[in-house]
Amino acid sequence: MDILVCVKRVPAPGARINVTDDGLAVDTAHLGFTTSPHEECALEEAVQIVEREGGTVTVMTLGPPEAEEQLRYAASVGAHHLVLIPTDGSAWDPQRTATALGEAIAAAEAERGAPYDLLLFGNESADAGGFQVGVRVAHRLGRPIVNAVKGIEIGETSVTARREIDGGFEIYRLPRPAALGIKEGINLPRYPTMKGRLASKKAALAVEEIDAPPGGQSLVRLHRPVETTSRTEVLGTDASAAVAVVDLLQEIGVLP
Amino acid sequence: MTLLVVLDHDRGKWVEANDEALTAARGLATAMETGLHAVLIGEGALDLAGQAGAGGAAVVHVATHPMLTDYGPDAHAETVVQLAAATGPDAVMAVGTSRGNEVMAQVAARTNLPFVANCASVDPTAEPWSITRVQWGGSLLEDVTLDAPTKLLTYGLHATAAVRASAPGAGTVEMFTPELDDRVGHTIVIDRDVQTAGVTLSTAPVVVSGGRGVGSAEGFAVLEELAELLGGRVGCSRAVTNLGWRNHADQVGQTGTRIAPEIYIATGISGAIQHWVGAMASKRILAINIDPEANMVVKADYAVIGDLHEVVPAISAEIRRRRG
Repeated sequence: MDILVCVKRVPAPGARINVTDDGLAVDTAHLGFTTSPHEECALEEAVQIVEREGGTVTVMTLGPPEAEEQLRYAASVGAHHLVLIPTDGSAWDPQRTATALGEAIAAAEAERGAPYDLLLFGNESADAGGFQVGVRVAHRLGRPIVNAVKGIEIGETSVTARREIDGGFEIYRLPRPAALGIKEGINLPRYPTMKGRLASKKAALAVEEIDAPPGGQSLVRLHRPVETTSRTEVLGTDASAAVAVVDLLQEIGVLP
Repeated sequence: MTLLVVLDHDRGKWVEANDEALTAARGLATAMETGLHAVLIGEGALDLAGQAGAGGAAVVHVATHPMLTDYGPDAHAETVVQLAAATGPDAVMAVGTSRGNEVMAQVAARTNLPFVANCASVDPTAEPWSITRVQWGGSLLEDVTLDAPTKLLTYGLHATAAVRASAPGAGTVEMFTPELDDRVGHTIVIDRDVQTAGVTLSTAPVVVSGGRGVGSAEGFAVLEELAELLGGRVGCSRAVTNLGWRNHADQVGQTGTRIAPEIYIATGISGAIQHWVGAMASKRILAINIDPEANMVVKADYAVIGDLHEVVPAISAEIRRRRG
């Protein structure tokens, strides 16, 4: 089972995101970076599948040269092959990103003489949240893809995917080779071991220079939404506040 | 000149997000000075055409085919692409549910058109269109231009407050049969595993959530008790699922569930932006926290500054007392 996972370097979720003065980029001066959460789970899932079934995990990222940090991290938790498609650091639109990733994967598959059994993507990136790169790449490569996947079972020639819905799961069965868009919650990603960290420094990293034409969505500027300053009404400072809370619940009609 | 809105349903059951989709679509169609068409796909769709008409659609396309038995991203997108080829809309839109974004991404992949997901506002009056969309789940806004012969977009889930149409559309039903090959059948739902019957995190009128401040998995018992008394559900923050105290299905936030209850009771939650964007569509927020400076407290409508382990059981006791 050979699996390719596409990941994205993003500022650590939870950080306050500021914008550069020209409004064209996120101000990265004081930000820590990480792998986008859904993709970190996709990587963990790939490593677990290969631990069970045998095979290899290839991790690919399109991003600034610093994204090597996320590839090294991937190696430290079990990825075997690392591929970086370097950009100048500007944000590429979804079509441009998907075209470049699709070309890189097609080239890698031509070289190894077989398609990857599974392509894994994050359901959406934590920053841009375009909800489409995985779907576009899969379509370009002729693979079926289902998004929002929170469970994978590998069959003889298929992959069964559990997609989270309100109050349960939908089940899909895709013939392989296939692609899946993974959501956080499918697993709890492991932390790298010291041994893994050391080995990751020496892992081979392939750099593929690929560009693609921009698509029809163009960035004008980024800005922060107007802060909602709500006047917080304090109902109390201890258990005696319960009376005021239940009054409120009654007033808004949620007390059955 | 038309705007086509893609509506969803669950095996013949209207989904609430359709009301948001139609509200947003009416506004956009008015700004475009164009007619509003809707499409409903598959078994059970015909029964819902009246609701789409009542929501403002002048024409309701009902697509049927022996393969369209249940949801499938390829089958639905292929249907929308063929319908669009036959009817020539200027724009195709949906609301950004999991399915809405998926189908539109599939439509975009098939047509090689740009697709702008999770829009907050759209100005279609000049070419290219000017759009503000959300990044970081809503904590950052991005102004973009959209240059395409057919515009594809989704509005962010809960970005539009659903309102009834002031006047219904004609709701003329037009049947459509796409040509589908076996390959689109590879991604159709084959089964379901329903784990929670009844009220769920996204439909609960009350959500009682806990964060790191709850202290342990066992600490959630008091939240469970209150949620049950209110006919609501228990949620949690990302810190809690990462600690393994609760299942990820309970997580409210950017990478969890977006909720919009009548009231959100957030206890022991600091309110990191990751969490806030999943909760901000709540009609009211009550924060219970020992820290008066916590982000959740500052942004909430109501707060109790105190220990959740004392305050929450007292609320449950007060509810029981009033019920006698």
